[in-house]
Formats: sequence, C-alpha cells, structure tokens
Amino acid sequence: MKKKYRITIYRDWCKGCGLCVAYCPVKILRIDEERKVSVMDEDRCVGCLMCEYRCPDFAIDVKEREEVKV
Amino acid sequence: MYTDIVREYLRKDKFPSIWCPGCGHGIILGALLRAVYKLGWDKNKIVLVSGIGCSGRTPGYVDFNTLHTTHGRALAFATGIKMANPELHVIAVMGDGDAVAIGGNHFIHTARRNLDITAIVYNNSIYGMTGGQVSPTTPVGARATTAPYGCVEKPFDVVELALGSGATFVARGSSYHVPMLDNIIKEALAHKGFSVVDVITTCPTTFGRRNRLTDDPVKNLEWIKERLVPLSKWEKMSEEERKGKLPFGIFRKQELPELTELYHEMDLKVRGEK
Repeated sequence: MKKKYRITIYRDWCKGCGLCVAYCPVKILRIDEERKVSVMDEDRCVGCLMCEYRCPDFAIDVKEREEVKV
Repeated sequence: MYTDIVREYLRKDKFPSIWCPGCGHGIILGALLRAVYKLGWDKNKIVLVSGIGCSGRTPGYVDFNTLHTTHGRALAFATGIKMANPELHVIAVMGDGDAVAIGGNHFIHTARRNLDITAIVYNNSIYGMTGGQVSPTTPVGARATTAPYGCVEKPFDVVELALGSGATFVARGSSYHVPMLDNIIKEALAHKGFSVVDVITTCPTTFGRRNRLTDDPVKNLEWIKERLVPLSKWEKMSEEERKGKLPFGIFRKQELPELTELYHEMDLKVRGEK
C-alpha cells in the first residue's frame, strides 16, 4: 500500500520564502494570504523531504502517517 | 522527520531567526544539526564557535556550548578551546569574509597545524550583514556596493587555499545539494584533524538583488545549481568548459598526526613519564 505522510507546519517560524513550494515535486504546498506556507493536498505527499531539507527556518516537518484502522 | 528532531537542538525562544527569508545560512545550519544527530554526539560535548557577520549569529540559535567571538577570530578561540579540552568536539562556523579575509591568517595556520577542528565556511560571495561589499570570494564581474560596475579582482578559492595550507580534510558543498551536504559535514565532523567545508550559499538580499537574480531565493539557489559540477565530472572537463564553474565534493581526506596528541606526547616526554 502507498505510504501516507503527515505534514506539520510551524507557522510562527515560517517566513514565506517559497523554497519548499518551489522544490516540492508534487506541488502540494502554497504561500497563503498571510505569506506563510500551507498544505493543499496532504494525501499526495511522497515523503521526499525536499521541503524539510531546503527550509532555512525549521518550519516544516514531514512524518509517515500512522494508519488508524476503523 | 528531521525537523522535529533537530528542533530539540535549537534555542526555541530565539526563533524565528534574524536571517532574511530564504537565506542559505538556515539551510546549512539544518545540515549541520542533522549531521550531529546522525553521529549521535552529546550536545554538552560540542562547542560551536563563530566570528562576526550573518554566519556569526549561528551559535545564538543552537543549544550547544557556544561562543560568539570577534571578527575573523573564530579559529583562534577554537584553537584555545581545543588545546585546553581535547575531548570536546569543536566546530567553527565562519562567513567567507570572516574566514579568508579578516581571519585569513588564522585559517591557514590552523590548517598547517592540523588541529582537530571542523571549520564550516558559509560562502555567499559577499559581506551580507554590512550591506553587500566585495568579499575575497566575490566572482569576477559580480556587482556589489563597492563594485557597482562589477568586481575586477580574482577571487580566492577556499578549497585551493585549504589544500595549499595543508588541511587534512577539504570538501565543498552547497545549500542547493542538501542531502549531500549532510553527508559531507558528517564526514568532516568525524574526521580526526583539521577539516574544512566550503559551503557555497546564497544571499538573496545583498547579492541576488544586485546581480539580476532578484531577491527570490529560488532563483539564487538555481544559480548555484548552474555553477557547481560534481568533482568526478569536473575532472573530465576541458579548460574551456570549466570557466565560471566550481567543482564540489571531497577533495582530500588523509590521516596525519593531530596537534593535541603530539602536544600530549611531548608533555609526557618532558615530564619524564614516557
């Protein structure tokens, strides 16, 4: 089964530089009206960590999602 | 994954940092912290020393033993710390002006002595904090406040300088090639002897705006990507192709006697204990 990821954004540390948006291979991040990053579609995240590696402000974290069985 | 881990190494009350949006310095700091985490070092055994400049702000953000010193003297202070406490891991972070202009002499002599310190040079080709003056690593033709029509001086190649002065580990990385930078810094930290990592990075605010890269950090990072070529590819390139490009990778890695150990041996000999 395809792995799913949870993206956490620390909005108070984000400066809205747009590096994570530019280097996201599946383009699921955007800079919102408050000039901070926000996630559009978390389910499409491939977990490549490019946003984490290039974030100069330690403001984005990607973790594998624990599946909750219903 | 890593962000949550390395956030534990930070002084959280000092954030967000003073660095401009998209500044490459934060990317290098992230790589350094991930390398420290992967080595599993105790943060109370690490000393982070810096000089003056944007890079000099680094120790203020990191929860190791830290020291913010005078301009260019990071390595001089680091030498003292290492000689007094050889069991500590000493890391010196410097800007390009800090390392090879004001601190040039400290740099070459620490390399000559082969003291077990890791020097990380945040090389953004300009004096960013003071408003964008020419630094010894500004490329020919690049504009700066003190070179409004383009720089005419030939720049220093930090890697060549370190190789020439006898450093035992010399590498170059960039804030574009990040996972590789993690590995390079990790190897540099683990190396016994003086290790230099020249990290090519961006300064969108003072370098980018004056050099048609604008203050968009993405364009600045792309400029690094265009200029840097891996060492293996560089060796096959002709003189013509090499123009305006820089190689990156690990240039030298050798084991030589380290200064604190030689000093300790001499100490024992003089005391007649050996």
